[in-house]
Amino acid sequence: MRATAIKLARRLFGVLDPALLTITSLLFLYALVVLGSATHDFPSRFQAHIVNTIVALLLMLAVAQIPPQKLMRLAPPAYLFGLLLLIAVALFGEVSKGARRWLDLGVTRIQPSEMMKIAVPMMLAWYFQRREGVLRIRDFLFATAILCVPLALIVRQPDLGTAVLVLAAGFFVLFFAGLSWKLIIPASLVGLAGIVALIGFGGPACESDAPWPGLKDYQKHRICMLLDPSADPLGRGFHTIQATIAVGSGGVLGKGWLKGTQTHLEFIPERHTDFVFAVLAEEFGLAGIVVLLALYLALIGRGLAIALNASSLFARLLAGSITMMFFTYAFVNMGMVTGILPVVGVPLPFLSYGGTALVTLCLGLGMLMSIQRHRALLPS
Amino acid sequence: MTASEFSNPEQARARFRLRVVVAGGVVLAGFLVLLTRFVFLQVVQHDYYFTRAEDNRITLLPVVPNRGLILDRNGVVLARNYSAYTLEITPGKVPDLDAMIDALSSVVTIEARDRKRFRRLLEESKNFESLPLRTRLSDEEVARFVAQRYRFPGVDIKARLFRQYPQGELGSHLLGYIGRISDRDLARLEAEELLSAYKGTEHIGKSGLEQSYERQLHGQTGFEQVEIDAGGRAVRTLARSRPIPGNNLMLSVDAGLQAVAEQAFGDRRGALVAIEPQTGGILAMVSRPNFDPNLFVDGIGSQDWAELNNSPDHPMLNRALNGAYPPGSTFKPFMALAALTLGKRTPTQAISDPGYFQFGGHRFRDDKKGGHGLVDMHKSIVVSCDTYYYVLANDLGIESIAAFMAQFGFGAKTQVDIEGESVGVLPSPDWKKRRFRQPEHQKWYPGETISVGIGQGYNAYTPIQLAQAVAVLANDGVMFRPHLVRYVENVNTGARRAIEPEPMRRIALKPEHLQVIKQAMVDVNVAGTGARAFAGAEYVSAGKTGTAQLFSLKGAEYREGGTHERLRDHALFIAFAPAEAPRIALAVLVENGGFGARAAAPVARQVLDYYLLGKKPGSAAGEDDSASDSN
Repeated sequence: MRATAIKLARRLFGVLDPALLTITSLLFLYALVVLGSATHDFPSRFQAHIVNTIVALLLMLAVAQIPPQKLMRLAPPAYLFGLLLLIAVALFGEVSKGARRWLDLGVTRIQPSEMMKIAVPMMLAWYFQRREGVLRIRDFLFATAILCVPLALIVRQPDLGTAVLVLAAGFFVLFFAGLSWKLIIPASLVGLAGIVALIGFGGPACESDAPWPGLKDYQKHRICMLLDPSADPLGRGFHTIQATIAVGSGGVLGKGWLKGTQTHLEFIPERHTDFVFAVLAEEFGLAGIVVLLALYLALIGRGLAIALNASSLFARLLAGSITMMFFTYAFVNMGMVTGILPVVGVPLPFLSYGGTALVTLCLGLGMLMSIQRHRALLPS
Repeated sequence: MTASEFSNPEQARARFRLRVVVAGGVVLAGFLVLLTRFVFLQVVQHDYYFTRAEDNRITLLPVVPNRGLILDRNGVVLARNYSAYTLEITPGKVPDLDAMIDALSSVVTIEARDRKRFRRLLEESKNFESLPLRTRLSDEEVARFVAQRYRFPGVDIKARLFRQYPQGELGSHLLGYIGRISDRDLARLEAEELLSAYKGTEHIGKSGLEQSYERQLHGQTGFEQVEIDAGGRAVRTLARSRPIPGNNLMLSVDAGLQAVAEQAFGDRRGALVAIEPQTGGILAMVSRPNFDPNLFVDGIGSQDWAELNNSPDHPMLNRALNGAYPPGSTFKPFMALAALTLGKRTPTQAISDPGYFQFGGHRFRDDKKGGHGLVDMHKSIVVSCDTYYYVLANDLGIESIAAFMAQFGFGAKTQVDIEGESVGVLPSPDWKKRRFRQPEHQKWYPGETISVGIGQGYNAYTPIQLAQAVAVLANDGVMFRPHLVRYVENVNTGARRAIEPEPMRRIALKPEHLQVIKQAMVDVNVAGTGARAFAGAEYVSAGKTGTAQLFSLKGAEYREGGTHERLRDHALFIAFAPAEAPRIALAVLVENGGFGARAAAPVARQVLDYYLLGKKPGSAAGEDDSASDSN
C-alpha cells in the first residue's frame, strides 16, 4: 500500500520542475505579503486569493501530467471551441462597463477571450509542427490569420488588455518559428516610429474630438492620458498619477508593510488587482521591485531554457511563447502602473488578485512543466 | 510527415537558439527600461513624489471662527449667532443625489426651495465638501434621521452656527445682512489676500455694518491638520490651531429709540437720522420700509427676493444714505446763517414781502398769497417765508452759497461707517459744468440761484447729510464724523477699542449769529410751523419744517406707480434738543408726506420725547389732518 502511494506521489509530483516550482512558490509567497497589505481592510479577499491559488496550483499539477503530444492533439479543438465561444460572445454576450466580454452559461459567466491566451499559441505551435520542414511564406500568412481572427473578435469586444496578451503570445510563436527578420525589423521600426509620432504629435490629436481610426473613444482616451495624465487629474488620469506617486514616494527601501499612505488611504485605485504593483513599490521600494524583477527574470530564464531543451517543434514554440507571455504580462503591467504604457487592464502575473488570470498563468506553468518532463535527451 | 522534416534539424535548432537569445535580449532590455523608470521615480524624483504623497494625505481643515455680535448702546443684541442642526450631503460619497434626496424627504421635510438651493451650492463647490440640504432641523427631525442613518451613507447631521437678527426688521438697513460668499466677494478677498483667512467661511457681510465691519466681525480662521483618505474623509487629526472669534460691535445706536422712530413712520416711506452732536454718534438711523435681514442668512428664496426687489416701495434702498432729496425749507436756517456770517444781512434787516419775487421776467411765488408783510430774519424762519430767501439767494450769489454750505457737509459723503453712501448734489456753476455734457446745459442761470435759496432746484441731499448739518449747527459749528459703532470689543480679552469722536472741521461762526438762528428755530416749535407738533413739549426744542416739491430723478417710475399719493411732496423736519445744550439732532423725511409740519414734525416729536423723557408714544404717529400751516 505504502509503496503504491509513494509511487503514485512520484508519478504525480515528479513531473514538477523543481526550479520552476521554487520560483513560482516564491512569487506566490510574495503575493501573499503584498496582497496581505492591499486587502488589509478586506480579509475575505485575502482568503479568496488563497483558495484561488490552491485551485490554480491543482490545475497546474493536472496539466503537467499531460504529455506535449496530447496537448498538441488538444490544440485544434481548444482553438475552435474558443473561437466559437468568441463568436457567441459577439452575438449574445453580456455587456458590462461598455464592453461585451462575458458569456452567460446559466450557471456561471465565462470570459472566452481569456482561454485564447493559451489556445492561440497552442494552435499556432500545432500548425507549425504540422508544416515543419516545408515551411513557406504562405504558412506564415495562414498562421497570421489563425492569430488575427480571434484577435479581431477580442479587440471588438473591446478588451485591449487581453488582446495585447493574445497578440504577444501569437506573435512570439511566429517569431520562434522563424518569422523573417525582413518582416520583424521593419515592423519594429514602424512601431517605434509610431510611438515617437504619438509622443511628438499626440497632444494636438488628443485635443481634437475627432475619433482615431480603429480605436474606441475610451482607448484613445487612455493613450492620451498616458501622454498627459494631468489633463484629467480626477478622471482617468487619476489612476496613473496616483500610482506613479505611490511608486515614487516608496523610494529605495519603501515605507514598510501596511505603511503605504497611498495604498491605505485609498488613493490607489484597483490596488489589489491591476495596480497591486504600486502597493509593492510604495511599501517595499526599489529593493522590493528588484526582488520581483529577479524572480520574473528567473522564471523567464527557466522558461526559455525549457523551450531550448524541448523535444518537438510544438513544444519549443509553445514553451517559448508561454514564457514570453509571462514577460508581456509583467512588462505591460509595470509599464502601465508607472505611466509609460497606457492603462490596458493587464494584471501583474502571480501577484494580482483574480482567479481567471491565475488559472491562465498556472495552465501555462503546467504546460512548461510537462514540456520539461518530456524534453529531448541532451546530446551527450 | 515528410522526409524534409528531418532534413536539417540541427540547423533548425540553431536558428531557434538564436531566436531564444534575441527573446532573452528583449526581456532584458524591457526590464532595463522598467528599472530605469523605477530608479528615476524612486531615487531621482523620490522627494517630489514623497511630497505629493504627503500632500495627498494631509490636509488643513479650516475651523471657522464665531462671528462677532452687534449690540446697541445699552447692550441689546441686534445680531447674534445660534447653533442649529443642518442636514448635509457630501456629493462625492453619494452616487445618485436625486434618489438620495428623494429618500431623505421621507424622513425630513425637504422643500423645492431646499433642493434648488442645494443644486446651486453643488455647482459652486467641490465634490468632497459637505453641503447643507436643510438647515434648522427640529429636534424631532434630527431624531428621525439618526434612527435611519444607515440608509443614507454620505449624509450627516452637523451643528453649524447661523446668523440671526433677533429684533427682526429693526434697524435692518444699518445692520445689513450676511449672505453666501459670491464670486465677486471671492475676487475682492483675493485682492485683499484674505482668501486663506476665509477658508471654510461660507458667509460674508453683504451690506450695512455687517459689510463695513466685516474684518472685525469675521475673526481669524483656525486650522486642523488632518490625515484624509482619497474620499476626503478625515482619518485622524494631527495638529490644530484655534480660531480667534470675531470682535463684537457696540453701537452708538439706541435700539429703543430706533424702534420708536421706525414705528413713528407707520406705513409711510421715509428716513430719519438722529445724531449725538458732541460725538457724531448716530442714535438712530431709519429707512422705511425695512426688510427682514434673517431672510438672507441661508440664501434668500427667489420669491422673497423678487418681492423685495420689485416692490414699488424699494425696501432694500437705504434712504438715509442713498436717498437724495431737496431739503426744502429746512435749508433756510443755513441760508440765514450764511447771510449773517457773510455780512449780507443783519438780523433786524427786514423786507416787505408782496408774496412773490420778480426776477428776470419770472415771478417766484411764496406759498402765502399776498405775502407775510414785513419780514426780518427771525420771522423768515418762524413762518418760513420764501420771498425773504429768494432775495437773499440773489444777493449772496450761487458761489457764496455753495462755498458756505459745503462746510456743513452738504453734497459730500459724511464718511459714515457704512459703505455705499450717496454724494447728493450741492449745486454750483462748477457742479453744473461737471454734470452736463452740452455747453448750453452747462451754463448757470441766475434764476437757478433763486430756487436754490429755498432748498429747491438742483439741491439734493441725503437725510444723513441733513442730519449732520443740523448736528453741526446744534454743536456751534464743530463737525464730527457720523458713526454707528461706538467701540469694538475683543471677545477673548474684553478689551474695548473706542471709535473716538473725530472732529472733521470747526466752522468759523459767530456765537451771536448762531444765537439768532437757534432762537428762531426754537420759536418755530413754539409759535411757528412746528408749534402744533410740539405743543406741550416738556423741553425746549429747535426745529424747522420743510416741504420738498417732487424733484424726481426717476420720474417715469413714479408716474408708472400712478397713484396720486406718490406725486405728493416730500415732508421734512429738522430738529435738535434741548435747545440750550443739544443732546440730539435729527432730520426726518417722509416721502410723499405732504407738508413737513404735518407729516414729518410729529415723527421728530415722538423721537425727542422718547430720547429726552423716556416717553413711549401711545400709538403710531397719527396724521394730524387739522394742520394747515405753510411749509
